[in-house]
Amino acid sequence: MTTFLLRRLALILPTLFFVSVLIFGLQQLLPGDPALALAGEEQDPSVIAYLRQKYHLDAPLPVRYGLWIEGVVQGDLGESIRIKRPVRDLIAEKLPVTAELAALALVIALAIGVPAGILAAVKNNTAIDYGATMAALWGLSIPNFWLGILLILLFSVELGWLPASGFVSPEESLKQNLTTLIMPAFVLGNAIAAVMMRHTRSAMLQVLGADYVRTARAKGLSEKRVVLRHALRNALVPVVTLGALEFGALLSGAVLTEQVFTIPGFGKLIVDAVFNRDYAVVQGVVLCTAMAYIVLNLLADVAYVLINPRLRG
Amino acid sequence: MTALGDIAVEADEGERPWRRALRRLVRRRAALAGLAVVLFFIALAVLAPLVAPYDPLATDWAAVRKAPSAAHWFGTDEIGRDVLARVIWGSRASLLAGLVSVSLAVMVGVPLGLVSGYLGGAFDGTVMRLIDAMLAIPFLILAIALAAFLGPNLTNAMIAIGVSQTPIFARLTRGQVLSVKHEDYVEAARALGNPHRRIVLRHILPNVVAPILVQASLAAAAAIIAEASLSFLGLGQQPPDPSWGSMLNTAKNFIPQAPWMAVWPGLAIFLLVLALNLFGDGLRDALDPRRS
Repeated sequence: MTTFLLRRLALILPTLFFVSVLIFGLQQLLPGDPALALAGEEQDPSVIAYLRQKYHLDAPLPVRYGLWIEGVVQGDLGESIRIKRPVRDLIAEKLPVTAELAALALVIALAIGVPAGILAAVKNNTAIDYGATMAALWGLSIPNFWLGILLILLFSVELGWLPASGFVSPEESLKQNLTTLIMPAFVLGNAIAAVMMRHTRSAMLQVLGADYVRTARAKGLSEKRVVLRHALRNALVPVVTLGALEFGALLSGAVLTEQVFTIPGFGKLIVDAVFNRDYAVVQGVVLCTAMAYIVLNLLADVAYVLINPRLRG
Repeated sequence: MTALGDIAVEADEGERPWRRALRRLVRRRAALAGLAVVLFFIALAVLAPLVAPYDPLATDWAAVRKAPSAAHWFGTDEIGRDVLARVIWGSRASLLAGLVSVSLAVMVGVPLGLVSGYLGGAFDGTVMRLIDAMLAIPFLILAIALAAFLGPNLTNAMIAIGVSQTPIFARLTRGQVLSVKHEDYVEAARALGNPHRRIVLRHILPNVVAPILVQASLAAAAAIIAEASLSFLGLGQQPPDPSWGSMLNTAKNFIPQAPWMAVWPGLAIFLLVLALNLFGDGLRDALDPRRS
């Protein structure tokens, strides 16, 4: 296990290095003088001179990378040109909103995807299986921003049950918080539920044909007990670890969902930053997302080894 | 097994793999239905000037936000443009994004994966860490960041989507190369003194192309959603040129007053993506020798 962890950590370092180079490299894509581009609509020569000095734009590229990464390692992600605040603080402020939305979406995805996958596997090759498989394909094909608009049309405009947009923090009112988040969380969880359903179905189909499940049946156990106690426990191992890999889809989806429902989270921060040409914020958000993905991937791998006795060694 | 069954198996074994895959594909009705829908949208995009009932950019201030009627089947938008004409013309942006982005990803990713998998060693290690780094940034976030720095327009959106999809093809191809590079026929080609280029292009590539084709059809679906997403965020096709994503971006501001503005472009994205997914799933089943 220690060897595995050390090897896995050793692989992360070059990946982190390349991630940082890629994100630093984004700045080089800006056409023309980067100082002018970074200044956005602010074309004041003093601002441009300040930016040139602050980001060492006259220094050679490797030196600039070195200075940038030194700041990043110390937690300095730069400053927002528009809001005049450290990017780190902005991210820390918006992250809990997106984290709550993503967590709710994941709960919804698991609550729909796993039971649907179990049912489809148990009723393999029946109308229920075909229906669930088709529903998963629909879930994967429907653009979540369109689904959001359709749900607003139904639940906010026609029925008047839920607010169409906005966000209330849980400290302010938990009930209102959930009322504002339930629709976006469903929209975000929908595609993940489809992926979970597919994973659960295929893992369950494999496990249901295994010897120990046949033995459990031969012992005279009820079908419900065989499925829930013997098969599902083993089938869930790959489902849980593969679920961690859906984090990227969750964050990509959050950008669009937050835009549709006007939720002031991480996704809205990057989109607003793009339009304000606030490049430090864009870089900061991408860097944090990549770091979170790498750490989650590592945790998923470790969890997989811990849960699977054959890999523990 | 019956005598008839034996004959069927023999016929199946004697058949060329591509012919067998085609025969299996033709048997899958869902995949064929998907292909038919994709072809319908391609025809719509090509024939847009002939089949669109109105100019997609022509405004009519006397027909602002009109509900669907005999004159405007899909209704009109906030400045009186015909929604059906814009949906038809918008298919061009979506299909172009699917085609160009995936072609870019294939043209860069597949050679990279081929060389990396074949050479192995330090080159492979470095390429794979770079691929890991790209995969660590969620697809749409990377596309948004690239589109932000390159500038918002359809061409840059397609480049951004293509670049974001490249690592998937590189990794897939490399994995396939690793699984076939020690096969007897590759070793034989090497023993005969064939140059590396010939071994890779003539002996390895044809044997790894099936999963790449499947991935390409599924990636086209993802690229179409990504283009619509970028246009929805204002980072793809710019107004007044029509694209399904940018139509939805405008439509979200008029949901109570003109719901039809949102229904049709969204339905078009959904149908095209569903069709590509159905076709991709069918293609995967048809090309997989383990599935009967």
